[in-house]
Amino acid sequence: MSEIGYLRRKWLNRIMSALSSAAAGLAILVLALILGYTLAHGIAFLNLDFLTRAAGPVGEAGGGMRNEIFGTLILITLASILALPIGLMAGISMAEFASPKMAYAVRFVADILAGVPSIVVGVFAYAIVVRPMHSYSALSAGVALAIIMVPVVARTAEESLRLVPNSMREAALALGITRSRAVIGVIMPGAMTGIITGIMLAIARIAGETAPLIFTALGSQFGFQGLTKPIGALPLQIFRYASSPYPDWQQQAWAGAFLLILLVLGISILVRRLSNRRQS
Amino acid sequence: MEGKTSAIIQNMVSNDNEHRTEEGAAHLEGEKGILEVQNLSAWYGNTLAIKHIDMSIKSRAITAIIGPSGCGKSTLIRCLNRMHEVSHGGRVEGCVLLDGKDIYARDVDPVVIRRRIGMVFQKPAPFPTMSIFDNVAAGLRLTRLWSRRWELEDVVERGLRQAALWDEVKDKLNLSGSSLSGGQQQRLCIARALAVAPEIILLDEPCSALDPVATLKIEELMRNLVKEYTIIIVTHNMQQAARVSDMAAFMMMGEDRAGTLVEYGLTSQLFTNPKDKRTEDYITGRFG
Repeated sequence: MSEIGYLRRKWLNRIMSALSSAAAGLAILVLALILGYTLAHGIAFLNLDFLTRAAGPVGEAGGGMRNEIFGTLILITLASILALPIGLMAGISMAEFASPKMAYAVRFVADILAGVPSIVVGVFAYAIVVRPMHSYSALSAGVALAIIMVPVVARTAEESLRLVPNSMREAALALGITRSRAVIGVIMPGAMTGIITGIMLAIARIAGETAPLIFTALGSQFGFQGLTKPIGALPLQIFRYASSPYPDWQQQAWAGAFLLILLVLGISILVRRLSNRRQS
Repeated sequence: MEGKTSAIIQNMVSNDNEHRTEEGAAHLEGEKGILEVQNLSAWYGNTLAIKHIDMSIKSRAITAIIGPSGCGKSTLIRCLNRMHEVSHGGRVEGCVLLDGKDIYARDVDPVVIRRRIGMVFQKPAPFPTMSIFDNVAAGLRLTRLWSRRWELEDVVERGLRQAALWDEVKDKLNLSGSSLSGGQQQRLCIARALAVAPEIILLDEPCSALDPVATLKIEELMRNLVKEYTIIIVTHNMQQAARVSDMAAFMMMGEDRAGTLVEYGLTSQLFTNPKDKRTEDYITGRFG
């Protein structure tokens, strides 16, 4: 082994280590900047008024995003009601019942669906719900968000179910339990933390979606007025206020952005704790 | 050589029990089997795993299936309660008659068969999300819409007593099944299988993951259970087969790598006076 060759390899090793550390540092730095910047701008306006009052008219100081926060929660609930049964059943079918070919096909389709740009999903929901009903509505936004949720829920449910050892399935079947009862009574409980993790990840994903809401929820200052009426949502309001010329609204947009980040971050931390518990 | 061999085996066999008296043995030979395996072959995909197996399993006796690794012992026992078809690509030809009716007939639901023929696997597999109580009750709970609590309590206690586990766990029925030791977990699995009141119990190498003390406990348990149940055990441990079984079957892989039944008969005869040269070679430790 030549001395020069050794030195070259040693330095190459050091350079590559340094480069990958720098890349990792950069990724964390970006996150820290986003968090820090929104925190610095938003925290001052994130007060009780912001959480409990409705948006005021232009020029009037004060007002908050109560209706939009409530709207986002309604949309999340609506999307979950629509998406969870379909997503969970699809995941169960892929992991437990479908033939390998069928499971492959469904998985492939789910992955494509997960990759569809959210604005396209919004246009699709506009075409199948808004147009026929002649109105922007909370329902159509729920449909759009549900379409985004389904593949995420289905894939994570499938993967968690597959992690349950086969010996559990066989032990259940050998007791004379039917397949579906075994899935509900034995396999699903074993996969529950993973399934819940997936559901929360999907919720975190849709909580911040803005594009599909433009064509569907439209936005409204009056809070929830029924499933068939437009509804406001946090990301929509942030978009509207941030691009408005009024400083008061811009400040509120910062506060809203901060709140949204807190929401998503909170869900992520919860997911982390859940999946840590699963591992231990 | 011959004399020495049989002396060793004789020793192995005669360690136990009075259950294998001459009359008892004659009784076993005469009786019609509760399970009749007829010309059974099984595949995994395109791979033939066992072929042309014929054997008649006697009621209320322990039948041991022995043989070297990969000879299809587990495949055979899994065919007896239709668990083989659960494996990927599992396929079966031939018949298995339970009380004279083919369990592979079109109109037979495997769920019903598995209810009558329970199974315990090699690795103890208590349901990790369930308590000890729920584990034993699982078979009943998950086959009915609902059950009365006192009824379940009865069944659980009876199952655990039969599996000789009651005294060890009666004060911690709410603890998770996976908190028990390996041997206790395996007895929990036996209790779970017994709780649904099967007629036949299949044990697929139930002791291979256990230490000698736990193994002995399970063997004692089997001798007790055989008064009420028919037991079929797969084991690669010949001493175990000699100690506990009434009937023994020796399987081996043929030249086409498919398992065949070489010899089947009374344990005392198979171990002391094997008819087939290959059986003798195996039990004297010349291969396998």
